[in-house]
Amino acid sequence: MTVASLAISLHQVDKVYANGTVALQGVDLTIPKGEFVSLVGPSGCGKSTVLRLIAGLGEPSEGTIEWGIAKRDRAIAFVFQDAALMPWANVIDNVHLPLKLKGKSLRESRSAIQAALNRVNLQGAEYRYPRQLSGGMKMRVSIARALVTHPSVLLMDEPFGALDEMTRSRLNSDLLHLWEQYHWTVAFVTHNIYEAVYLSNRVVVMAAHPGRVVAEVTIDEPYPRRDEFRTSSAFNHYCREVMAHLTGTGDEFLSAPVG
Amino acid sequence: MVLKASPSSPPSPDAAPPSRRAVPASLAKLGSAEVIAPVIVGGVALVAWEAAVRIFEMPAYLLPGPLLVLQTLIAEWPQLFPSLLVTLQITVVAFIAATVSGLLIAIVFTQSKWIERSFFPYAVILQTTPIVAIAPLIIIWLKNSTFAALVVCAWIVAFFPIVSNTTLGLNSADHTLKNLFHLYGASRWQTLWYLRLPSALPYFLGGLRISGGLALIGAVVAEFVAGTGGARSGLAYQILMSSYNLQIPRMFAALALTTVLGVLIFVGLTVVSDRLLRHWHESAVQREN
Ligand SMILES: Nc1ncnc2c1ncn2[C@@H]1O[C@H](COP(=O)(O)OP(=O)(O)OP(=O)(O)O)[C@@H](O)[C@H]1O
Ligand SMILES: [Mg+2]
Repeated sequence: MTVASLAISLHQVDKVYANGTVALQGVDLTIPKGEFVSLVGPSGCGKSTVLRLIAGLGEPSEGTIEWGIAKRDRAIAFVFQDAALMPWANVIDNVHLPLKLKGKSLRESRSAIQAALNRVNLQGAEYRYPRQLSGGMKMRVSIARALVTHPSVLLMDEPFGALDEMTRSRLNSDLLHLWEQYHWTVAFVTHNIYEAVYLSNRVVVMAAHPGRVVAEVTIDEPYPRRDEFRTSSAFNHYCREVMAHLTGTGDEFLSAPVG
Repeated sequence: MVLKASPSSPPSPDAAPPSRRAVPASLAKLGSAEVIAPVIVGGVALVAWEAAVRIFEMPAYLLPGPLLVLQTLIAEWPQLFPSLLVTLQITVVAFIAATVSGLLIAIVFTQSKWIERSFFPYAVILQTTPIVAIAPLIIIWLKNSTFAALVVCAWIVAFFPIVSNTTLGLNSADHTLKNLFHLYGASRWQTLWYLRLPSALPYFLGGLRISGGLALIGAVVAEFVAGTGGARSGLAYQILMSSYNLQIPRMFAALALTTVLGVLIFVGLTVVSDRLLRHWHESAVQREN
């Protein structure tokens, strides 16, 4: 990738929550425009906190967050770790929400909503209520709600965690496709090393207590990435490298890559 | 989402007796055990009452049997029915006033923590002051319109559960959803309308169900205090007059009407509540698992 202009940059960011939990300490993270960055790390290492700070949901306790995108061009979409759907609204109305808040009626938004739902393969579930959806379907509604806004910055917090392997890898490919098409800047949190390596320009490895960045692994593989990449030796190599950094963090929940 | 327990919030859905949440359904299947069981209990009690009155030859001025009460009710209907309408009117006006004012006050409360902190204690004081004690004052202050005075008394009793429940509901909107609204640049008004009010709906409706009954009680108590002669006299007046004149069966008939009115108000509000929530809220949804 050529040297791109800056999208977001965190400088020596600390985050201490009101109860005294040090969620982040001295985090430096630079994301160029249009880059796909994954954050991996053990539970509680502050991945969600990083995304929330980027989204402006809470201020850093120390340090600064610098933006390379003007405020008015900064359309941020957030896929939260829990689907966060409105239980009183059906799928269509949930996906409509970001557009409704911008003053667009359901009629005007109809085709955009349908396109977003098609992307996550939710045709036919339009009039269901969240309680009638499976966990994975809820998450896909949440993703559709993020995509419907045509964001410039996409923050995703374990969006595919609740999905089966097949749907996950299909959505991975779809996401990459859309990313190449729309040039989003993506920060993507996952527990899945393979997913992180397959998707990203760069994998940021974090450690807990206190939450910090311990390594960055650049995945030097051109896009579009084909399915063969998943089984290549380069892929395996990257997975092992990320794994090694994670093991250094005392991460307990990941199995070793095959091969 | 589950209703949180609070002094004035309705029992949590899990604890609620099944007959309560199943009212619309039970209207459809009147033959179900849920309906038959209480009807049998009521029937047996009435028969036992009638039998006891006959066996022990109770004088009607001490305890009339249910048949006599029913006969009296039919015979006195021309006098009792207008009274029922008067009480119903006071109750309904007070209830609507309590609903509107309760909702608005709750919305104002949740716009600022400081407003809530400053004014909520006074809502509590209004609630805990015995209505019997202040009703005479209100009736004197509003001596030009007894109707208005009675409405004010009933309103005082009815509005607190709505304020307190709705305030709780407005404050219990999901945190992540609040973040989402913030992120997409929702105005305060949009957040209120699209997030806080829908979140508060189950709590608000729970408040309504309590307030409906309270409005009736407030109306009857205030009527008692007013003692009222005059043209517009409600059920309490009929109960009072009947007891002065030792027309005990008539008194029972008026009492029965009051009770039936209260039950109808509760059932009506429960049906409305279940209809509004049936798509999404645990208290109204028929789950299959
Ligand atoms: N609102 C909060 N108040 C207090 N502490 C918090 C809050 N949110 C998060 N924390 C703490 O901050 C730390 C980082 O939390 P965060 O949610 O960012 O972790 P995470 O990396 O996303 O974990 P997971 O993978 O389990 O989602 C944790 O120790 C957590 O307990
Ligand atoms: Mg998290």
